[in-house]
Formats: sequence, structure tokens, C-alpha cells
Amino acid sequence: MIQPTIRSICFALLILLCGCDGEIKDKVTIDFWAFGREGEAVQELVRDFEAEHPHIRVRVQQIPWSAAHEKLLTAYAGDAMPDLFQLGNTWLPEFVALGAVAEFGPWVRDDPDIDDDTFFAGVAATNVIDGVVYGLPWYVDTRLVFYRSDMLEKAGFKTFPGTWSAWREVMERVKESVGPDKYAIFLPVEDWTIPTILAMQQGASLLADEDRYGAFDDPRFREAFDFYLGLFRDGLAPSSGGSQVANLYQEFSNGYFAMFVSGPWNIGELKHRLPGKEHLWATAPMPAPDGAAAKGGGVDGATPGVSLAGGASLAIHDGSEHKDEAWLLIRYLSGTEQQERFHHLTGNLPARKDSWIASGLDKEPRTRAFWRQLQQMAPTPPIPEWERIARTIGRYTEATVRNTMTVDEALASLDEDVDRMLEKRRWLLARDQ
Amino acid sequence: MRWAAGYFFVAPALLLIAVFFVFPVFSAFLLSFTDFDIYSLGNIEYLRFVGIDNYINLFGNSRFWTALGNTFYFVAVGGPLSVLVSLGAALLINSKLVRLKTLFRTVYFLPVVTTLVAVAVMWRYLYHPRYGLLNFALSGIGIEPIDWLGDPFWAMPAIILMAAWKNFGYNMIIFLAGLQSIPDSLYEAARVDGANRWHQFRYVTLPMLAPTFLFVGIITMIGYFQLFAEPYVMTQGGPSNATLSVVLFMYEEGFRWWNLGNAAAIAFVLFVIILAVTLLQLRLQRER
Repeated sequence: MIQPTIRSICFALLILLCGCDGEIKDKVTIDFWAFGREGEAVQELVRDFEAEHPHIRVRVQQIPWSAAHEKLLTAYAGDAMPDLFQLGNTWLPEFVALGAVAEFGPWVRDDPDIDDDTFFAGVAATNVIDGVVYGLPWYVDTRLVFYRSDMLEKAGFKTFPGTWSAWREVMERVKESVGPDKYAIFLPVEDWTIPTILAMQQGASLLADEDRYGAFDDPRFREAFDFYLGLFRDGLAPSSGGSQVANLYQEFSNGYFAMFVSGPWNIGELKHRLPGKEHLWATAPMPAPDGAAAKGGGVDGATPGVSLAGGASLAIHDGSEHKDEAWLLIRYLSGTEQQERFHHLTGNLPARKDSWIASGLDKEPRTRAFWRQLQQMAPTPPIPEWERIARTIGRYTEATVRNTMTVDEALASLDEDVDRMLEKRRWLLARDQ
Repeated sequence: MRWAAGYFFVAPALLLIAVFFVFPVFSAFLLSFTDFDIYSLGNIEYLRFVGIDNYINLFGNSRFWTALGNTFYFVAVGGPLSVLVSLGAALLINSKLVRLKTLFRTVYFLPVVTTLVAVAVMWRYLYHPRYGLLNFALSGIGIEPIDWLGDPFWAMPAIILMAAWKNFGYNMIIFLAGLQSIPDSLYEAARVDGANRWHQFRYVTLPMLAPTFLFVGIITMIGYFQLFAEPYVMTQGGPSNATLSVVLFMYEEGFRWWNLGNAAAIAFVLFVIILAVTLLQLRLQRER
């Protein structure tokens, strides 16, 4: 009974297929996975791409960010990878280790429209592993300071400070002016990004010996960590954690805190959620450690301290049968004009510098802070274990903020944990030599 | 040859169990002696057989002990609490004085069938330290606001309270069935002998419910040992690992970091613990 049914369905499908226009067999279909809001917005650009390239059909699948990483890994394990996909640029080392992404070498080299200065250097670097290009930046993301300009003004400051000591002073004065129930800055307690940024500004390498071991006993890391913890210890930041702040935007608008450190998506969020209060907040690049000038950073405070080189890249599955078509789509999406359109659709910051200039983003005050910050970026160690190491930094940060561990204990355990995570990496490196 | 026909009839079921249960469990057991990870996924040559190292490392990992301690805390406090609340609710609904029984039965059962994520969102509002209903009510009797989900001391009690509220309806239905199967004649006989309400409960209801108790106790215990979704949605195991459960720890190892060897080892340790506690419980309740 079953077989005839299947046969008749196949037959019906055949008729349907033949009913379509004759083009179908010349058309190439590529699968494209994009995440969250980007996956929705990119469909508009993809339609125009299809119109320009009638022989290519693109199937966009939209995946929520929270499930994206697991879904890509599972797809790899199940041999069901799409031809082309978006990925967070810190994930790239993992997929390169899997052998899941194709090399971009000849395409990038031969492209007249791409050279060393096309993208922000810090972000472009995250797509290169051991000298090989595996992805192209799609949009960029970094962390900097959002602050309430009116609250700073009330405390006596017209501009945002450029050095750690000046930043610390501003926070103390703001705290004095807002009183005991409010704070100068909001910092999530279980966060790795800000301690890591501060440490990288100090020049800490995070890992040592070709990323074989943790290097968290480095005095430069310690100095950054102490500065960060001091903000909680001295009551400048609420130490009770994220649960006090159910709605970041509302609390920011209420003046519960005067600053927070976050990424570009919050420009759009704040405009949208705090209508009519746009004159009350501004953005500023990360302050640099004191004496950064002496370390070659220009006049103190004139050059921002480094921040994370984040963002998303586009990569091609190494096993794809339509790599050339996938590359055409990547090239299209990283074109100057498409990058500008994508910014208008999503609010994500373009990875191409000329899109910034063409759309005036480098002049607009709020994005200008990002423009300056994006020239000063440092990548995190390009190894598959990084994501896990980052979370562990966050866990030990929380333990010290909550005083369940001393700084010495936390940093020693952090080194120990990280060394254990890197055991396999050490074995692999020793094996391949 | 009669047994052959029997096996023939159960063969499809046995085959399914073999393919979808025995085989995966056996492979997971083998996996727990390897260091299968993201590198091995890319190239199987990078897979190492590590003997019982995964188990040794696990017992040396302070996070595992924290997770185990939290899980026992949850089972030891949440389990009895949930069973007692279920019994109380069942007794109330079963009472002859109560009207609208079907309505209450449905209302109490609703949390069981509601999506956990929706429940969690609602409870996050209830637990909010500054605007939450719970702290508002407590402030009425002069208690300082508690940071329910942000304070390592209160986070687990908060999870237990929510889990008990969400799950008690299921056991309540089972208790109700148990209560309704107690013949009225037993109560009549007790009344004739001059037993008051408490005596009736103590010497008629409770002994007659013993089999139900055994079932409910074991099912609840096994379910509570596998605590996962509540902390996963509400706290992600925080603050300071105060709500990290064994299964959440296993999920992180296995699916966030792809250390499937470690994750498999955790699964087997948890299996042995649950088996041991179940046997212990069976034995204790049989002896009575």
C-alpha cells in the first residue's frame, strides 16, 4: 500500500516541476544562513542580488542568534551545512579547526574592490588565521561608553574623559552628585568583555606561549582587573548584578546610573526607547590607561584605548558545490552601497570604511565615537577555546565582585582552568611538529 | 514454540528500543572514555582514548561538586515540598465542602501544561527586587527587599518555589485519584469507632495512600534530579553558580563546548546516583 502512494506523490511532483519554466535546471540554488534581525533584513538585499544574477537563486534561512552557534555545529556534524553563512567573528577559529570553511585567498587577492584598507584593520584581522583569509567582515561591532551628558554636566564635566584616572575622577564626582541610591556606571557582574578590554589596553596578552597557556598572572592583567573591581568596591557601580536592572533603557533614562559600556545596537535601541531624550545621552570611545602616550598612543586621552574587534563575518562552507556563486553574493553584500543599505535596515555598522564616509556616519556625533573606536581595536586570541575561556573570565570576575574569592585566588584558579582547557591544543601542536 | 510467537510479536518494539535506546546508551558509555571534542569532530584522528580520566577529572572539578550539591539541595527541599503541597491541594479539592471542584482542579493543573518559558518570564517579574509583587508584599510586613534571583543565597529557594508551584498540579491529580479510590465504608467504620478527623487522616487516608506515595515520591525524585529548564531559563546557573544543576552542567559541557566525552561521563554519574537513591527509597518505603 505504501509504495504506490510514494510513487504517485513523486509523479505528481514531477508534473509540478515540469510545469515550471524551463529555466529551472540552469539555475543554481545556494543556501544562506543568517541570524536574528540580520536574517530578516538581508532578504531585501538578496532579492536585488537575484535580479542582477538571474541564474542564481538564494534560499535564506533565518536562525535566532541564541541557537546559531549550536545549529551550525550540529549542521556540521550532520553534514547539512549551508553553502554560505554568517558567523560571529570570534567563532571563526572553531570552524577553521573543524575544516568547515573555505579559504578566500584567490578571490580576495584578485578583487579590484578589496585591498588592505577597505575594512577596519582590527576586524579584518579576525578573519585571518595563520595567514589565510577565511571570511569577509559583514558588519562591525565593538564596545564603548554610553553616558548621560546631563548627569556629567551636573557633576561639572562638559566632555568625556580620555584616560583611566580622569574617567575614575568623573565617576567619583558623578556618584557624589547623584547620592547613595544611584550610581556612576552600570557593569554586569558576570561579564568578561570589560575586564578583557581593560587588560588588552594595558598590553596584557591574555594567553602565553602561542596560546598554549593562560597568562592571567601577568601584572598588566592584574592592574586592569583591580581597576575594574575598584568600581564595585568603591560603590561607583551597583554590585548586586543584572537582576536589579530589569530594563537597562528605563534605568538609564531614570538616571539610576550615568554610564554603561555596550555596543552599536544600543544607538538604535536608545533612540527608539527614549524618544525625545536624545539630547541627554552621548557616546564616547574607551578611555586609555594613563601613560598610554608614553607607550606610543599619542597625546594622553587623544587616542582611545583599544576595544574588542567584534562583528559578524560571511564565510563559505568548504564542502559547498557552489562556492563561486556564494562568493558573488558575499561580494555583493560587502559592496559600498549594499553596506550602506544594510546599515539603514538594521542599524549595524558597516565593515567598509568607504560606506561610513559615503553615508556621513563618520561625522554624526554618536557614530563618530564608534568611528574613532574602530580604528583602535584588538582581536581576542584566535583559538577555538576562546569562547569558553571568556566565560571563565566572567565567572571569576563575578566571584571577586561578590567577594567569594580574593583576586589572587581567582586569577590563580583562572590560570589553572584555562591551562586545563588548552591541554588538547598543546597536544595537537606538539603532535603536528 | 509458543515463546517464538511471543518474541515475534514484541520484536518491533524490541527493535525500536535497541536502535533508539540501547545503542545510543552503549555508544554514550564508550564516548565517556574518550576526549571527543570539537577537534575530534573535525578530524577523528584527534580522538584519544582516555580511560577513566573523564571521571577522575569530573570528581576533581569544583564546579561538578557545586552542581551536585545544588541538585541535592533542590531534590531534598523541593521534592518533599512539592509532594506536600500536592497532597494538601488534593485533600482540599477532595473535601466535601468545596464547590467548583472541576474549576479548581483545572486551575491548579494549568501551570503543569503552561510553557516553562512563559512561566519563567512571569516569575522573573514577581521576583524583581525593586518592582516585584513578592517584595512588595513582604514590605507590607516590614521585610527588607530581597534580591531573589541575584543573591546566591536566595536564588535556589526562588527556583524551588517556582518549580513547586509549576509542578504540584501533576502529583495532585495522582493523589486525587488515590483519595477517590479509598472506599467510604472505611471512613464510616472509623467514625463508628469514634475516630476524629485527624485520626481518620492518620489511620485511614495515609495508609491507603501508601502506594500512591511511593509512586509520587519516586517519580518526583527522578524528575527533580534532572533539574534543567528552570535554572536554564531563569538564571543560567548563576548567580555565582548557586543554581547550577548537574544536567545544566552536562548541557554546557556537551552542547555549548562540545566536550561530549565529559558530558557522557556526567550523564553516567548522574544515572548511578539516581539509581542508587531510587533503590534506597524503594527499600525504605517497603520496610514500613
